[in-house]
Amino acid sequence: MHPADLTLVQAREQLRAKELSPSELLDALVERIEERDPQVRAYLSYDLEQARSEAEKADLSLPLGGLPIGIKDVLNVQGHPCHCASKILKGYIAPYDATAIRKLREAGGIPFGRLNMDEFAMGSSTENSGFHPTANPHDLERVPGGSSGGSAAAVAGGMALATLGSDTGGSIRQPASFCGVVGMKPTYGRVSRYGLVAYASSLDQIGPFTKTVSDTALLLEALCGPDPKDSTCFQDQKVPAFSQQLDAELSGLKIGVPKEYMEIDGLAPAVKESIQQALTTYESLGCEIIEISLPHTEYAVATYYIAANAEASSNLARFDGVRYGHRSAHADSLLEQYQLSREEGFGDEVKRRIILGTYVLSSGYYDAYYNRAQKVRTLIRQDFEKAFEQVDLIAGPTSPCTAFKMGDRLDDPVQMYLADVLTIPVNLAGTCALSVPCGVEEVDGKSLPIGLQLIGKPLEEAALLAASAVFHDQPQSQKEATF
Amino acid sequence: MPDETFDVPKIASLARLELTEAEILKFERQLGDILAYIEKLKEVDVESIEPSAHAFEIFDIARPDLARPEEGLSPEQALANAPAATQSEFLVPKVLD
Repeated sequence: MHPADLTLVQAREQLRAKELSPSELLDALVERIEERDPQVRAYLSYDLEQARSEAEKADLSLPLGGLPIGIKDVLNVQGHPCHCASKILKGYIAPYDATAIRKLREAGGIPFGRLNMDEFAMGSSTENSGFHPTANPHDLERVPGGSSGGSAAAVAGGMALATLGSDTGGSIRQPASFCGVVGMKPTYGRVSRYGLVAYASSLDQIGPFTKTVSDTALLLEALCGPDPKDSTCFQDQKVPAFSQQLDAELSGLKIGVPKEYMEIDGLAPAVKESIQQALTTYESLGCEIIEISLPHTEYAVATYYIAANAEASSNLARFDGVRYGHRSAHADSLLEQYQLSREEGFGDEVKRRIILGTYVLSSGYYDAYYNRAQKVRTLIRQDFEKAFEQVDLIAGPTSPCTAFKMGDRLDDPVQMYLADVLTIPVNLAGTCALSVPCGVEEVDGKSLPIGLQLIGKPLEEAALLAASAVFHDQPQSQKEATF
Repeated sequence: MPDETFDVPKIASLARLELTEAEILKFERQLGDILAYIEKLKEVDVESIEPSAHAFEIFDIARPDLARPEEGLSPEQALANAPAATQSEFLVPKVLD
């Protein structure tokens, strides 16, 4: 097997058995990237020399010893570019490590490469990158999903063993679904956000993309934990040995299926069928499938676009051409410098969201929009709280459809936003969820992956992982990829 | 139905964005669609519902008030990404005449 096709667990075994060295593994990845990335375009950059010098010092006894992990371009890695796929940050070199990166290093992992994304994580297709779009390895004419499209496509295309992304409204789970890999959004507060460039601070969460559920467990163990540098991170959390709990008994587990998810507008028949098959599998394992209701589901997208954009308009005020990033060459005053630097540096979607966020926070509209959205957010949270009194896990589709064609939704922001209709409620509620491949839709001679979304109670990632592990712990997706 | 009071140039100016004419026209149409969509929230009865700014009440945790100079950036590091700087300051266009 080509080393780039190994899972983290397999690569770790080979490294420890000295069948493979960390440098050879890096070389194999680069060979793959050179062969395939001209078509997929998942990477924005990578620094082989730096990674190799880290590989030579790798302590293979550590949990991720010598394993290269691809990084979404929104996480600060000291000495590496961090552009958030935006022209406004072109040339920016991170002066420090994000806590997630520090923890990755402490576990022996090697941050390798900067992965493409929608600019500032705003988008659902990775077409909004300020540099170039990324293609879906299963069909190069289709999007990989977003905003962490580069992170998902790199794993699906055999160009990374595993990667990190961020999920504000579905930006890990939706691309994982479109690309046929495992993607998890941990509970809000599980993983420190320090060093993650903020989009919507009350919703953002860092999480892994992997080929298997076992790999997700392994990577998650390294990322979670308290951090005095993030006041929203759970300070007294215990990090379970997720990878030791994958064999937990599933018989008797109560799995809720929200009727709103299975009746959502635009649900593709193939997606519905795959999810139903997955539920049948659970039933055969002794789980109880219970229809539940999350009655405020239809209001989640509207709530999200008010709450997230309000936070974004505030967070992105820091890009003013003063301390870092692009500065306009045409400004005569400080005010013009702010206005022109931002106009020249930000892309369309970012501007749209800043304007919307500024509007909903502006005097006279705050109560009608922002305050109302926060109240609806409470109702959405309560929907989940009530559901979890009745069931242990919630299951449904990650996305109503499989990967759409590039360009299809680019000029219609509302349609693009609706791509996240089934992932957004989880961010508003703050709980954990993952997407695991559960089938394919045959379209135009291509097999497009379908993702099953499992949603767990807050801080119960272990239950989520155990339930998805029995269903899928083989890296099947790559066999079906274009390559 | 776009909100009549949705004045893109005014909001853009509050957000410190200098938009082109073409952008203003495009955003007026697109943001009108988005605002029409988020009108949906008016259907929801939110009487007596408390707003949630966060998913969980875990914010505002204070750490001990101790100086940690070793964890901060040096002036050189802090200024390394500046578009214009001296050895100890960020430079900006003249603010006062």
